[in-house]
Amino acid sequence: MEEKGQVYRVSGPVVTAEGIRPRMYDVVAVGQEKLMGEVIGLEGDRSIIQVYEDTSGIRPGEEVTNTAMPLMVELGPGLVKSIYDGIQRPLPVLRDRMGDFIRRGVSAPGLDRSRKWAFVPKAKPGDKVAPGQIIGSVQETKYIQHHILVPPRVSGTLSTINAGSYTVTETVAALDNGTPLQLMQKWPVRMGRPFRNRKMPDVPLITGQRILDALFPVAKGGTAAIPGPFGSGKTVTQHQLSKWSDAEIVVYVGCGERGNEMTEVLSEFPHLLDPKTGAPLMDRTVLIANTSNMPVAAREASVYTGVTIAEYYRDMGLNVSLMADSTSRWAEALREISSRLEEMPGEEGYPAYLAAKLSAFYERAGRVETLAGHDASVTVVGAVSPPGGDFSEPVTQNTLRIVKVFWALDSKLAQRRHFPAINWLSSYSLYGGILDKWYNDNVSPDWTRLRGWAMEVLQKEAELQEIVQLVGSDALPEEQQLLLEVARMIREIFLQQNAYHEVDSFCPMSRQLQLLSTIRRFSDLSTRAMEGTIPLSKIASMKSKEVLAKARFEKDFEGELKKVLELMASEFAAAGK
Amino acid sequence: MTKEYRTVTKIAGPLVFVEKTEPVGYGELVGVALSDGTTRRGQVLDTSKEAVVVQIFEGTSGMDKASGVRFLGETLKLPVSLDMLGRILSGSGDPLDGGPRVVPDKRLDITGSAINPWARDSPKEFIQTGISTIDGMNTLVRGQKLPIFSGAGLPHNDIALQIARQAKVPTATAEFAVIFAAMGITNEEAQYFMRDFERTGALKRAVVFLNLADDPAVERLITPRLALTAAEYLAYEHDMHVLVILTDLTNYCEALRQIGAAREEVPGRQGYPGYMYTDLATLYERAGKIKGRKGSITQFPILTMPGDDITHPIPDLTGYITEGQIVISRDLHRKGIYPPINVLPSLSRLMNAGIGKDMTREDHKSVSDQVYAAYAEGNDLRGLAAIVGKEALSDRDKRFLSFADLFEDRFVRQGREEDRDIETTLGLSWELLGSLPEGVLTRLDRKFIQKYHPAHKGERAAAAKP
Repeated sequence: MEEKGQVYRVSGPVVTAEGIRPRMYDVVAVGQEKLMGEVIGLEGDRSIIQVYEDTSGIRPGEEVTNTAMPLMVELGPGLVKSIYDGIQRPLPVLRDRMGDFIRRGVSAPGLDRSRKWAFVPKAKPGDKVAPGQIIGSVQETKYIQHHILVPPRVSGTLSTINAGSYTVTETVAALDNGTPLQLMQKWPVRMGRPFRNRKMPDVPLITGQRILDALFPVAKGGTAAIPGPFGSGKTVTQHQLSKWSDAEIVVYVGCGERGNEMTEVLSEFPHLLDPKTGAPLMDRTVLIANTSNMPVAAREASVYTGVTIAEYYRDMGLNVSLMADSTSRWAEALREISSRLEEMPGEEGYPAYLAAKLSAFYERAGRVETLAGHDASVTVVGAVSPPGGDFSEPVTQNTLRIVKVFWALDSKLAQRRHFPAINWLSSYSLYGGILDKWYNDNVSPDWTRLRGWAMEVLQKEAELQEIVQLVGSDALPEEQQLLLEVARMIREIFLQQNAYHEVDSFCPMSRQLQLLSTIRRFSDLSTRAMEGTIPLSKIASMKSKEVLAKARFEKDFEGELKKVLELMASEFAAAGK
Repeated sequence: MTKEYRTVTKIAGPLVFVEKTEPVGYGELVGVALSDGTTRRGQVLDTSKEAVVVQIFEGTSGMDKASGVRFLGETLKLPVSLDMLGRILSGSGDPLDGGPRVVPDKRLDITGSAINPWARDSPKEFIQTGISTIDGMNTLVRGQKLPIFSGAGLPHNDIALQIARQAKVPTATAEFAVIFAAMGITNEEAQYFMRDFERTGALKRAVVFLNLADDPAVERLITPRLALTAAEYLAYEHDMHVLVILTDLTNYCEALRQIGAAREEVPGRQGYPGYMYTDLATLYERAGKIKGRKGSITQFPILTMPGDDITHPIPDLTGYITEGQIVISRDLHRKGIYPPINVLPSLSRLMNAGIGKDMTREDHKSVSDQVYAAYAEGNDLRGLAAIVGKEALSDRDKRFLSFADLFEDRFVRQGREEDRDIETTLGLSWELLGSLPEGVLTRLDRKFIQKYHPAHKGERAAAAKP
């Protein structure tokens, strides 16, 4: 039931209304221009509303209409390849309607109402259907078969279901109790979509990024955080993950970040190919862009819009990954609204419920058995932008209490142009043990040991560096100098990866294995050679090391690596003589 | 005629509380008539059926509760036209140069609107500033926002002026304009800028907005918005490439904090308001390019880091919004090097889009990476050399150490009037890299080494002979 009231007070994005009796989180239309807002507080007979658009010029006394519905997203074919603002308004449609700048008071449905989709039924009249069950599908892009699901809380016997060409709002099937089913369904963004049960996340999300896959893997259905000061490469890492990770759908939420970064995604993704299917990356991507200068309340909503879309594709049985860049901006939106409400502030002015909100958001990730019985997942990767790069601040700390993987970006590494600037000593992945079996079965039985070796070398290097800082490296015994040399190779050849190089940008697991094993082999040969009293200087100047350093940039990596191994063998043989 | 209210109940800092008004719109412009006959302007910050809070731009000194308040029914607008070029205006847009008021072609809302991300065009045209540390290592492109992080007493103004003077796109000859917005800088600093603009003739192509140190702090909040509104008009309606210099953002943020405190808001870090990130974004994000429009807005905000602390909220929040930063170093300045730009913490995020084959040169990216890595390593070794002595270092380390010195002395250092083109800058990089053993140049492709490395000059000459 719609009811009407009046504006009582306007203070930035927060509007107080009287004369309506909404429930919490109901959507209301404010003022003559019908600006969209959400009820975030009730006080006596006044309702406190956060408005998703600029409120300049709104006066006390203007009309407020309560729609009596929570904030919903439209779910159906056409989501993929779209770019939305924080409340699922398609940006291209907004541009057509109001020009190059975001003006206000324009509403636009999330899904195109005129586009027709070819619907192929998978159920027939008389079938009993339950919530989440697949009744048919449409081909959304070349590689995405979009299953049409019975909405949650709906069940019954199909009375009609017809193949054909439909818009998202036309009825494609009906239940015997008269409930019509369309290609589109709606779901409130602040509520997780239901599933049957949670499963153990024991399959890694392969990202093609060596340091992530090899040292700090995230599981499909897991959660990861990337905190780092500005300029350390959060956004590049997020872009790399959305480009190369082996998810079937990627939802990228640009939350309070730079406008030009979204432009970069938009201009780049259609030209890059998914390494798994060969289709343009855009064909599996949903973008949500609420840049830093767009209304702050819509920024708060944007992560929920994103995760709801991710859950919807999960319910079709797909592995989805959600990138949120950056959760700090989202937390700041919470803070800003909280301060306008004059709530009692918690740490650093953030509201006291920050931790609860963050954990509720990350809990929407997970590997699940869907209502239809499929194995599917939503992986959530959140960037965090700690003020001054200080990880002790509330958003980073509250995030770390929840997420299982921590990729710590380090500005010192970034300044040295070591990219990705992920610090190998402070980062961690709690999935290591669970995922070992997968790696040993699918990559190499030797994988766990190889990884352990690399970590040990890096750890020892850090200890030795402290001594080197005091006495210089020449004062160390030769075997320790060799370890430093090997650690340098691991850092420069394996951990460093050039996101802008066409070959090096994505490194499949097989290559990661070969690269790391070759460095290990070099280390073993050197140790043995040094026992036979070959001086380190001779080993350090070997040509094969240099060739190996460049092999990762070669299209014919396998061929190049073979040359490296041959060269290595002959160089060590020659040195032994 | 709008109603005049004489119902002021409270004045606190720059804020005036007015009661018993008819409905007033949020953000509306306000005119206040003082008892001495002068008028001031302000803006509505909070409006409800009972009371309205107005922020007075020129400050409230001399105001009393008998002042008359008028609500003008519109938000703050700037009259714009092409005649603005060559003019010097105050921080609220009034003429300071003795000339007449600008005859408006249009009156534009100064808050502006966010560019729809879908309408943005990616910035990718290389701007040559003639400064090696920027062109070679932190390349600027059209439509970028690249702040200068400086400290008190460092020559950021000289660098900004040198950039304004020398910046050009080597391949194009489009119309350009410079917008200069001063927020709370001293009269002397402003004079310095003005003299240089006049000396070089740049003033003809410039619009200057001056809010000086003794002007009201609240006015600082609107000065950059006026400047950017003028910039948008010139860029998007007259196809100009506009370079906006905003100085000093630190004074702007101080004004923001002052207003926040006067409104008794819950403060964020170090007393700055919690919405400072969003507020700064509404300035910085107004840089850019729009699909289908020829002009562009490139921003050079200048800020002085309190205590040279890059983690202070002002540089910190700025760095999170802008597309990189140019960091001025006190150490280099003490060594007598101009421009004292420390390339290590500096960054240009849009660099990769503007360099490479057909734009600058094919080897640009690898060369700059290699110089970075070598300088970082040499710089690290300085600490070690200070403890164990230069002699204890290995031969390899010594070469890196001397590379770092050479880099600062030859590459970073240049004259205030010296305009190096990109070929010179890249050539200089190769010359310096030539001082290192070829084996350590792991970031350079073999083909580039053969083509550009000074050691292979002989081979290239030989190959060129028939």
